[in-house]
Amino acid sequence: MIELLQFDFMQRALIAALLVGLAAPAIGTFIVQRRLSLLGDGIGHVALTGVALGFLTGTAPVITAMIVAVLGAVAIELVRARGRTSGDVALALLFYGGIAGGVLLIGMAPGGSNATLMSALFGSITSVTPEDVWITAALAVAVLGVVAYFGRELFVLCQDEDMARASGLPVRFLSLLIAITAALTVVIAMRVVGLLMVSALMVVPVATGQQLSRSFRATMLLAMAFGVVATVGGLSSAFYAEVAPGATIVLVSLAGFALALGVGRFVRRSRAQESSR
Amino acid sequence: MTPEITFAMTGGHVVLDGRPILRGIDLTIRQGEVVAVLGTNGSGKSTLIRTLLGLLPLSSGTTTIYGAPPARFRQWERVGYVPQRLQVGGGVPATVGEIVSSGRVARRRRFSRTSREDKAAVAAALEAVGMAHRVKDPVHALSGGQQQRVLIARALAGQPDVFVMDEPTAGVDAESQRDLAATLAAQADLGKTVVLVAHELGPLEPLIARTLVVRDGLIVHDGDLVPSPGGRHECDETDNGGTRLSGLDLSAKMTIGTGDGT
Repeated sequence: MIELLQFDFMQRALIAALLVGLAAPAIGTFIVQRRLSLLGDGIGHVALTGVALGFLTGTAPVITAMIVAVLGAVAIELVRARGRTSGDVALALLFYGGIAGGVLLIGMAPGGSNATLMSALFGSITSVTPEDVWITAALAVAVLGVVAYFGRELFVLCQDEDMARASGLPVRFLSLLIAITAALTVVIAMRVVGLLMVSALMVVPVATGQQLSRSFRATMLLAMAFGVVATVGGLSSAFYAEVAPGATIVLVSLAGFALALGVGRFVRRSRAQESSR
Repeated sequence: MTPEITFAMTGGHVVLDGRPILRGIDLTIRQGEVVAVLGTNGSGKSTLIRTLLGLLPLSSGTTTIYGAPPARFRQWERVGYVPQRLQVGGGVPATVGEIVSSGRVARRRRFSRTSREDKAAVAAALEAVGMAHRVKDPVHALSGGQQQRVLIARALAGQPDVFVMDEPTAGVDAESQRDLAATLAAQADLGKTVVLVAHELGPLEPLIARTLVVRDGLIVHDGDLVPSPGGRHECDETDNGGTRLSGLDLSAKMTIGTGDGT
C-alpha cells in the first residue's frame, strides 16, 4: 500500500475511488429499492454523448457529461412517471441514441480516437487530474448530502409511491431528485469504472449488503462499506497485477456478492434454526 | 354542531385508459363515520378511495379532503392510508420498525432527530397491532396477516384523523381480522373517520355504521349495513351469518373494552 501512495496519480485515483465507493451505493440503495437497477446504465449510455460533446467543443468532458447526464436522467424520469408500456421502448431509444451519438461525435472530435472512446466506456482512473479530484469530491458530497437530507422521504417514495403521495410528500420533486442524483453519481463513477460499468457500483454493493442485513439502514451502510472495499481494493490489486482497474473493481465487487450470497444463506439458515428451537 | 366533513365528492367521474371507472359519484363523509365501501371486483370501489385521496385524478367533478382539493391539501398528517399490500422494495430489506416509523414522515421536518413523541407513537402503534416483539424483523419474512398489521401500525403511528384502507381483510387470517376490528373500534371511539374497502366484512361488520355499495362506477346503496337485496350477496357470503355474527359481536365488544382500558 505504501508503494502505491508514492505516485501522485495513484493518490488521486485512490481518493476518487474512495469517494465513488461511498457515494454510488448510498444512492444505489434507493434506486434498487425503487426497482430501477438499470437506471444508472441508461444514464451512462446517455452520458457518453456528453463526454463526446466535451471533446468536440473543447470543454471539460466531465462538465458536458454532467449536463447531458442530468438532462437524460430527467427525460428518463419523465418517461417513467407517465408509466405507459411505450415508456420501455422510449427508454431503449434514449439509450441507443446516447451511445450512437457518443461514438459518432467522439470520432468527429479533433484528437478523438478509439482510446478516448475506450477510456470513457471502461474508465481511466489513473488519468484523474487534481481538478477531477475536486469535482469528484464536490459531487460525492452533494450525493451524500441528498441521501442524508432527504433519506427519510426517499425511503417512503421508493417503498410505495402512492404511500408517499398520501403522506403529502413532493413525489415529482423527489423522483427528479433521485434521477438527478443518479446522474451525478454516474459522472463521478465514470472515470473510475467507465460508463458501461457505472451501474455496477450502484447495484452490486447493494445486492451484496442485502444478503447480510435485515434492515434498510444496515443494507445501505454495508453497501457503502462494500463499495469502498471494492473500489479501493480493486484499484490497488489492479495496480500490482497491472490489469484494467475499472474491470477489476467490478469483478471484486461481484466476487464480494458471491461470497455474501453464501454467507447470507448460512446465516439465515442458522437464524431459522434458532427461532424454531 | 355537525362534525367536520372529511371527504366530499360531487359529480366525480374518473376515466382510466379511456374507460370510465367512476360515473358520477356524490358523497360526503363526516368526521367520526365508519364507512365500508363494498362492491365486486372492477366495480370501482378501490378507484373511489384512491380518488378521494387524490392518488387518481378526476376527469370531471370535484373532491375535497378536509375542505381542500387534494392538490392543495396540506394537512397530510391527518390522513392514514393503508394500501392493500406492503411493497417489498426491490429486495432491499426493511424492518417492521423502519416501516412503522416511516408513518411519521408527514409529521416530521427534514433532517430532524427522532423525537420522544415519534418514538412513543411508533411504540404505541406496534403495541396496538401486537407486533412490538417483531420490531427488528425484516417485513418480507412476515405472513400476509402480519404485513397487514405492520401497514396498519404504520398508519396508526402517524396519528391521523382519518384511516383510508384498501381491502384490509383480503388474504388476512381470521385472528388478524378480529384484531383489526378491535383496533379500528378503538380508533372509532376516539372519533376518527374510517373508510375501508372490502370484499366481505367478516369481523368488521359490527363496526360499520354506513355502507356504500359501488356497482359499475355508481353508488347504488348508501345507508345501513345491510344493503338492498340486489347488493346483499356482494358483501355477505357466509352461510351461517346469524350465528357467526352474534358470536363476533360479543368478542368485538370484549376487545373494545380491553382496548379502552389500555
